[in-house]
Amino acid sequence: MSEQAYIDIVGVTKRFAGGVKAVDNANLGIKRGEFFSLLGPSGCGKTTLLRMIAGFEFPSEGEIRIDGQNVEGVAANYRPTNMVFQSYAIFPHLNVRDNVAYGLRKDRLSRSELNKRVDEALNMVKLQGFGARQSSQLSGGQRQRVALARALIKRPKVLLLDEPLSALDKKLREEMQFELRQLQQNVGITFVFVTHDQEEALSLSDRVAVMFSGKILQVAGARQLYESPSSRAVADFIGSINFFPGVVKGIEGQEIVVEAEGLGLLRAPIAAGTGGASFKPGSAILVAIRPEKLSLSVEPPPGNAITVKGTVLTSAYLGDRSHYHVRIPGREAPVAVSGTQSARSLDVLHAHGTDIYLSVSGSSVILLPPD
Amino acid sequence: MSSERKAAARQRRGVWALGAFAILYLVFLYLPVLFLPLFSFNDSRFIAFPLQGFTLAWYEEMLADDAMLNALGNSLQVGISVAILSTILGLLGAKAVTRYAMPGKEAITAFIMLPLFIPEIILGISILILWSALDFPLSLMTVAMGHTLICVPFAMAVLTSRLDGFDQSLEEASLDLGENAWMTFWRVTFPLVMPGIASSLLLTFIVSFDEFLIAFFLSGTEPTLPVFMWSELRFPSKLPRMLALGALILLASCVLVVFAEWLRRRGVSDAERGGGYGIT
Ligand SMILES: Nc1ncnc2c1ncn2[C@@H]1O[C@H](COP(=O)(O)OP(=O)(O)OP(=O)(O)O)[C@@H](O)[C@H]1O
Ligand SMILES: [Mg+2]
Repeated sequence: MSEQAYIDIVGVTKRFAGGVKAVDNANLGIKRGEFFSLLGPSGCGKTTLLRMIAGFEFPSEGEIRIDGQNVEGVAANYRPTNMVFQSYAIFPHLNVRDNVAYGLRKDRLSRSELNKRVDEALNMVKLQGFGARQSSQLSGGQRQRVALARALIKRPKVLLLDEPLSALDKKLREEMQFELRQLQQNVGITFVFVTHDQEEALSLSDRVAVMFSGKILQVAGARQLYESPSSRAVADFIGSINFFPGVVKGIEGQEIVVEAEGLGLLRAPIAAGTGGASFKPGSAILVAIRPEKLSLSVEPPPGNAITVKGTVLTSAYLGDRSHYHVRIPGREAPVAVSGTQSARSLDVLHAHGTDIYLSVSGSSVILLPPD
Repeated sequence: MSSERKAAARQRRGVWALGAFAILYLVFLYLPVLFLPLFSFNDSRFIAFPLQGFTLAWYEEMLADDAMLNALGNSLQVGISVAILSTILGLLGAKAVTRYAMPGKEAITAFIMLPLFIPEIILGISILILWSALDFPLSLMTVAMGHTLICVPFAMAVLTSRLDGFDQSLEEASLDLGENAWMTFWRVTFPLVMPGIASSLLLTFIVSFDEFLIAFFLSGTEPTLPVFMWSELRFPSKLPRMLALGALILLASCVLVVFAEWLRRRGVSDAERGGGYGIT
């Protein structure tokens, strides 16, 4: 892939016995010092891909290069990677100190040097004074930190993390997310982070690879994934979204004219995330709009926004914003709208059956290839 | 009587019956065994009631019987070698079965377990035929080899459940931290399987120590203790000292079993304290 990629995954496929294609022709370039996430639903092959980087599984096809070197046939104990396991895999027969020091045996350090390194690592994860604890006396969050310290003490070039936060409760998880991000920025190590939690992936990572049934669908930063997803699957997986199937009526300069279900004729700039597909007049297209890009109003909105009439079906007041389901003519499914409204219009909008105007600006429309 | 009280009475009767059954069962099981220590202290050469008084003479006689002590030594030798050998083989087998994907795994496991289900007399005769066909002299070694054959399944069973029970990512974590397969085994697998190894050693030792048929066919001129005892039963005068020896062995077995159980429980609670990453 790209020149400066630090981990290069080139055409990697993994077939398990029984013909399961856990990873299907994955191509990926992870940059040095990047916080990179693999995001996807359960069973999409994230762990398998991570384990191939770690050296616990070997690709059926394709190759993996780390720092320019093909690691084919290199066993896990010779790779410049360290892993934080989903179960943490803390050695139950060793105390915290010995767990953290485990990987340093071969470095043949002096007692004092070893102690210094272990203390450093424990400090890094805020576990000072926990050295003598038996691993059975640790909470989930502490176990997670021990696993982190044990991997970081090796000063790896790449740290691999397999859903390290999924076993923690929500509050602790948010705390650890923040700490992980800080830690990564401090040590400057490349992190490859596996998660099925999209919010976690978007908030932590420099870039995210979205995986679906073994395939990598899109690699991009949080903003781009959200604003310009390249496919229906990605758009659907990241956040919530309304889909309107449509047909391309014509291309006029930088604008595309589409006839979409319930929206009628609309114009949108082509730059607004075309998903790389070249649209031709007459071909099918999918118009996608995020709920918060839609606005509701009682009066027709001024300007040249795309506007349709509809009725409020249901609404939910959430304080900082409200959720609505709006029925528009010519479309079966209600449209999801999320917005912050002025106090005065709230009363009206939250009354069921209110006739309203639904509008969206052309540049907020996402254009996707039909699937 | 209300139906409720009838039910309660029925239940009481049930509990009572169950208790009686349990006691009968224990008596049936252990009474014969208890005769051994009882008569070993009885001041008479004849095993008959009424008891004649307390004596330690049979124990003295036993200690003076060189042939018997020699047989005991043989049995200990065989038992210890068999315990070590079959536990090592069982550990390797259990590791292979639980950690590596290989074709025909079920068939291989079944083959290793098979000696458990073949009557020992058949095993004994067939091994004897094999050795005589090869002109191989019978000795304690041939006994030990025969015993290893029937002890490996026990070791496999104990160790497989042990290895199955602990999180494989512990071994992966060790590899990931730079240790090779051997050091991983030494630093992670071995300490965690240790209680299993101990119970396998004890179990296989007891199976070998106690085994008669295979030893009978394969021991040649050096009898193990059960074979020796069987051959000495012809001489009624030697019976009391055998009771003395039997009583001592009984005591030692009890100590061993309690010790093995203690080890096993310690292993279990280790695993529990380990938060589920340990051993079952
Ligand atoms: N050792 C294996 N043998 C056979 N199939 C496997 C093996 N490991 C994984 N698979 C299959 O490969 C697919 C991908 O598994 P993987 O563990 O990579 O998913 P994942 O994305 O990590 O899911 P999760 O979020 O649930 O952890 C699944 O269908 C799984 O059943
Ligand atoms: Mg996984």
